[in-house]
Amino acid sequence: MTHPGRKLPWGPMARMAGRRTLFAAPVLLVVTFGVFAVAAASPFDPVKAYAGTAGLTASQENLDQLRVNLGVDQPLVERWWNWLTSAVAGDLGDSSVMRQPVTDVITERLGWSVLLAVTAFLVAILLGTSLGVLAARRQGGWLDRAVSSAAYTLEAAPAFWLGLLAMWFFALRLGVLPAGGLTDTDSEVVTFGQVATHLVLPAAVLGVSQLPWFFLYVRQGVADALEEDPVRGARARGLDERTVLLGHALRSGMLPMLTLVGSRVPELITGALLVETVFSWPGIAAATVQAATSVDFPLLAALTVLATAAVLAGNLLSDLLYGLADPRVGFDG
Amino acid sequence: MAELAPKTAGWRSHGRTRRSTRTVRVRTSAVVVAAVLLAVLVVPPLANLDQQAVDLSMKLRPPSLAHPFGTDDVGRDLLLRCVYGLRVSLLVGLVAALAATIIGTAVGAAAAAFGGWTDRVVMRLVDTFSSVPHLLLGIFVVAMFRPGVWPVIVSVALTHWLSTARIVRSEVLSLRSRPYIDAAVSGGASRWRVAVRHLLPGVLPQAGLAAVLMVPHAMWHESALSFLGLGLPTHQASLGNLVQSARGSLLAGDWWPTLFPGLLLIVPTLAIAGLAGAWRERINPRRRSELML
Repeated sequence: MTHPGRKLPWGPMARMAGRRTLFAAPVLLVVTFGVFAVAAASPFDPVKAYAGTAGLTASQENLDQLRVNLGVDQPLVERWWNWLTSAVAGDLGDSSVMRQPVTDVITERLGWSVLLAVTAFLVAILLGTSLGVLAARRQGGWLDRAVSSAAYTLEAAPAFWLGLLAMWFFALRLGVLPAGGLTDTDSEVVTFGQVATHLVLPAAVLGVSQLPWFFLYVRQGVADALEEDPVRGARARGLDERTVLLGHALRSGMLPMLTLVGSRVPELITGALLVETVFSWPGIAAATVQAATSVDFPLLAALTVLATAAVLAGNLLSDLLYGLADPRVGFDG
Repeated sequence: MAELAPKTAGWRSHGRTRRSTRTVRVRTSAVVVAAVLLAVLVVPPLANLDQQAVDLSMKLRPPSLAHPFGTDDVGRDLLLRCVYGLRVSLLVGLVAALAATIIGTAVGAAAAAFGGWTDRVVMRLVDTFSSVPHLLLGIFVVAMFRPGVWPVIVSVALTHWLSTARIVRSEVLSLRSRPYIDAAVSGGASRWRVAVRHLLPGVLPQAGLAAVLMVPHAMWHESALSFLGLGLPTHQASLGNLVQSARGSLLAGDWWPTLFPGLLLIVPTLAIAGLAGAWRERINPRRRSELML
């Protein structure tokens, strides 16, 4: 990608990042407003949700007081603005399902989600690349056909279903891996070994659910590269097939895939929502589902905005990498 | 899936075997889709069987000749439950895909037709909402409107029209610059006539293709929402609900109530993708087909 002596174009990259950040602000504003508009249109009463079962016995005055405290009677725009200004100051409200501030929920859980997502991405990239190269080496051969068919099938399979079957097979049938959670139930402390064994199944399932896309990209990229001049030149110079495949075809074939990794963030979030729920992984995606089932609006709103920000950051990352990998593209977008 | 064939392959390419694999694939897909439709449309009204028939003496029997998919934890026949589940999921998917296609076509065509500021604002909004992961947006909508059939349909439709709007917009823009449109305009055709008689027929195949490919995606969405407990009410045997209600049996070690509903989601998805791929090659021979999930 970069030659040892070449300097990275920091200036243009920083300008692009700055422009995109400016662009992200209105997007996030619109999304937050949309979130509040949907909530305003919904038949759901935040006061009853906040009070929970206590709301059944509470007096009318108490409920009215709560209504004022929560600011439910204010018009939509005002509520949105209040939320926005306190969000900028670092206060995202209180989560009713977790019974703690939303910012605490996020800081406690974000790390676990990132750990899961990064491991899954590594699984998908490593497996996808090796399978892709093997398949591209002999296009239309039995291995290519078998793996490609499997990839299409896998792409159609819901991640939660894969997760459940993996849990059944590895945790119940073979009994080699834990079925869910972060640590054993009787354990008080979080140790590295426990987290590692509990991470294997969810990360593998999330990785495998992202695998088809990586595999198909590498396969196509390497197959295309095998037809191009550098490969023909390398073969003409008498380099052995292994060097041609890994040194030449894979290098140019993997580039488009690596640069698009950032744009896979939405699929990763979708997968995480399902996989974290199946394996009770204490991450942020599982918290989103919990927030949704118990209509915890402050938590749900914050996590929706956070996910949107992650998607925008992923897009920026992929455009930066693309500009680096292919100087013709540049950093103007 | 045609990228199995070399890129240079024209209609007269060498490789009889290649063409026949493709034919086999398209025919298999057609048979599967037909079988699914038949099962879903004919079995419930004709077969005088009660999918809710509880038989506790037959609970959690593994697949056998009498019960090809086995029975669930209260002894209901899973094959029958799955057919009903597929029926519900397919219906939700169809309605959601249809709604999304109508919204997407209208928005995309309007953006292309008005151009200028309208176009820019509308397409910016489309970009903005594309930045929210679909399932998350769906979860949010359903959470705010309580789980149920209509919230699920609305949430799937609301998240899926964006891509159709983009496709239709670019198609209208490319059609509009063709000479035959100029000819129609200079021939004195009204705007309406140009839109309905000349632009619409050019856009419909692309929009239709997007709609067909959207059906399995919408079914996938419905089952994911139902699985998370945010979808259809539990008495509606959708495929996602079947997987969700099988969790208890799975933890007890019985795999079949989980396996079969998932397979019934995968097989029609692949078949529809196979048919849509053939259709795409026909209306757009240069573009490679892919699963588009």
